[in-house]
Amino acid sequence: MNKHIVVIGAGVAGMEAAGQLSNAGFNVSLVEKDENTGGHLNGWYKLFPDRRRSSEVKDYLDKLINKDGIKVISGTTIEKLVNINGIFSLETREGTEMTADAVVVATGFDLFKSSRKEEYGYGIYDNVITSSDLEEMFRKDKIVLVDGRVPENVGIVHCVGSRDEKVGNLYCSKLCCITAVKQAIEIRELLPETRVFCFYMDMRMGGAHYEEIYREAQEEWGINFIRGKVSEVSESIRKKLIIKAEDTLAGRPLKMELDMLVLMAGMEMSEGGRILAKSAGLETGENRFFASADNHFGSNISNIPGVFYAGTCTAPMNITETISHARATVSDVLNYFKNRS
Amino acid sequence: MKIEGKRAIWSEYQKEIADDRYFYVRSCIRQNFFPGSEVAFLRIMREELGKDVYEHPCHTTCSGIGYHGDVVPVETAMTVVARQFALMTEAGYKNYVPSCITSFGLYTEILETWHHFPEVEGKVRKQLKKATGREFEIPENLAHASDVIYKFRKEIGAKAKYKLVNKNTGEPLKVVDHIGCHYSKMFPLKGVGGAEYPYVLAGMIEEWGGQVIDYPERRHCCGFGFRQYLVQANRGFSIACSKQKFESMQPYKPDMIITNCPGCPMFLDRWQYVINEMEGKTYGCNGEGIPVFTYEEVAGLVLGYDPWDLGLQMHQIDCEPLLEKIGYEYDPEKKYEINGTVTKINSHSLLNI
Repeated sequence: MNKHIVVIGAGVAGMEAAGQLSNAGFNVSLVEKDENTGGHLNGWYKLFPDRRRSSEVKDYLDKLINKDGIKVISGTTIEKLVNINGIFSLETREGTEMTADAVVVATGFDLFKSSRKEEYGYGIYDNVITSSDLEEMFRKDKIVLVDGRVPENVGIVHCVGSRDEKVGNLYCSKLCCITAVKQAIEIRELLPETRVFCFYMDMRMGGAHYEEIYREAQEEWGINFIRGKVSEVSESIRKKLIIKAEDTLAGRPLKMELDMLVLMAGMEMSEGGRILAKSAGLETGENRFFASADNHFGSNISNIPGVFYAGTCTAPMNITETISHARATVSDVLNYFKNRS
Repeated sequence: MKIEGKRAIWSEYQKEIADDRYFYVRSCIRQNFFPGSEVAFLRIMREELGKDVYEHPCHTTCSGIGYHGDVVPVETAMTVVARQFALMTEAGYKNYVPSCITSFGLYTEILETWHHFPEVEGKVRKQLKKATGREFEIPENLAHASDVIYKFRKEIGAKAKYKLVNKNTGEPLKVVDHIGCHYSKMFPLKGVGGAEYPYVLAGMIEEWGGQVIDYPERRHCCGFGFRQYLVQANRGFSIACSKQKFESMQPYKPDMIITNCPGCPMFLDRWQYVINEMEGKTYGCNGEGIPVFTYEEVAGLVLGYDPWDLGLQMHQIDCEPLLEKIGYEYDPEKKYEINGTVTKINSHSLLNI
């Protein structure tokens, strides 16, 4: 076909899109800001719903892009994207120029910076961590406090940076509830004596097998789910975390002493995506993710003909959805060239 | 506790505070509660720092106490505030400095409301003109008086005769800071350091040699809460709030409490006495209460002012143990001297005596 496609971002969506575009006969350049491909997948240990190791998915994606038709350019970003008579001119941070017949944007998401929710004390109190930090502990097979002790009571706060007007994110990040349930079970597996309390607004168990895991968490693992948000966190003189919350089902305020608090950080449009949107004139929505041309029929299509989207740069989605979305991009790219010829 | 985390937050919440030419408005209740504080502020600003601070004799209450007590409607409060701004405009000043936290909160709320709903501002302008014939300009700078002291904390520190240090141990005094709910809880961006980890008083304490205590209930209300106290039936809730704070701070053995608001020092001071009367319990060291000060009083102490000129004899919890701790030179005999006459008070039932 001799068409050259540049895929920006080598996380799950970018790798899948690059692999499938190559399978369809395109020459692909896959540009990644980090030194390694894989994106957020590298930071996760096991995945929901079946707790498959993330390395298995990474192995699949690595095999998919490890072929002659795909050139991986890592450790750089695309600073400039211009359409000149149907040919795209791209420039990397270092000033290297390349041209493309079409571009797939797969810039993904950034985890919400939990320190912005100041009342939770992330970056202030030692044992307030994020879901991502906890995943690192799972990888090491060891959950410990800063002083080396094993936590006896762990709290998990849902919706950190999601569905929160105060931080400007009205949307649901979709993955935090199921991540909380998964991580709560994993804590109990590793530390059977540790009590786990999840503080939620709603349990949004919308994915395949999610509801079953939620039930398992309650019935088999004895995890406590409390409907109410944590309002503030402080530290006692014994270095325990004191949290205040409201149990909205019981209709009572609640004060509790915990050893560790895990914040389910939500998803936001990535910084790289924001920069690209501005420089290339790509439209974004109210949620600041890239705005698709049509919610039903054009979720991979941008406002610039020849520029397509794949994965979480358009909205929060899980890995299954991300891979499906990335594959759908190939269909739109094929149609684009078919209609031009 | 990671201090660098706090410093990162503090750096995001810095506000512009005017350098000079202030239109200062007193609180309607502070002059009854702790009358030396506002005098001390004026003395520090004029005599120590050489600043132009103007007071207008026609200034009235901002009506914030009634507004937050649910007896003054917001439109009335806005028109009263508009009149205060008119006084500032007529006097030729642009930097508005309220002494009271609730006033500061109300002014901030009204300015924000007018910013987002200019038609409301227009209506208030018409009401003011019709009622008084006055017109006003929006202040170029609105800062609470504690913001101004915070701004000049280093200059005050440079003139300090005393540090917030225990003279016997050489250790910094352990200080509880309480900023008052209306300072930045409503509009975190308008307060130095924000709402969760406020820095306005902490900055003074650090600069003057003390050490801030971070205790679990530091964000909790002092107990005033307006309707908690103003409605007599709610006063049990008021003292319960204060007690919750004292219980929480006690394990840290604080040497003193520094406050920002008219109500906070009143309730943190007086309720200690009441709790002692009710339960025989005190929260300071050696069976004493924890002395409670306003930030102006602390600034005055640092500068070496006579504690009785600062009005410290008006406090329920005696300040003398703290003065001894600092190594302060003062005349205890002049505590109740008014215009050269000593008024003897039966103090057997007072705390620390």
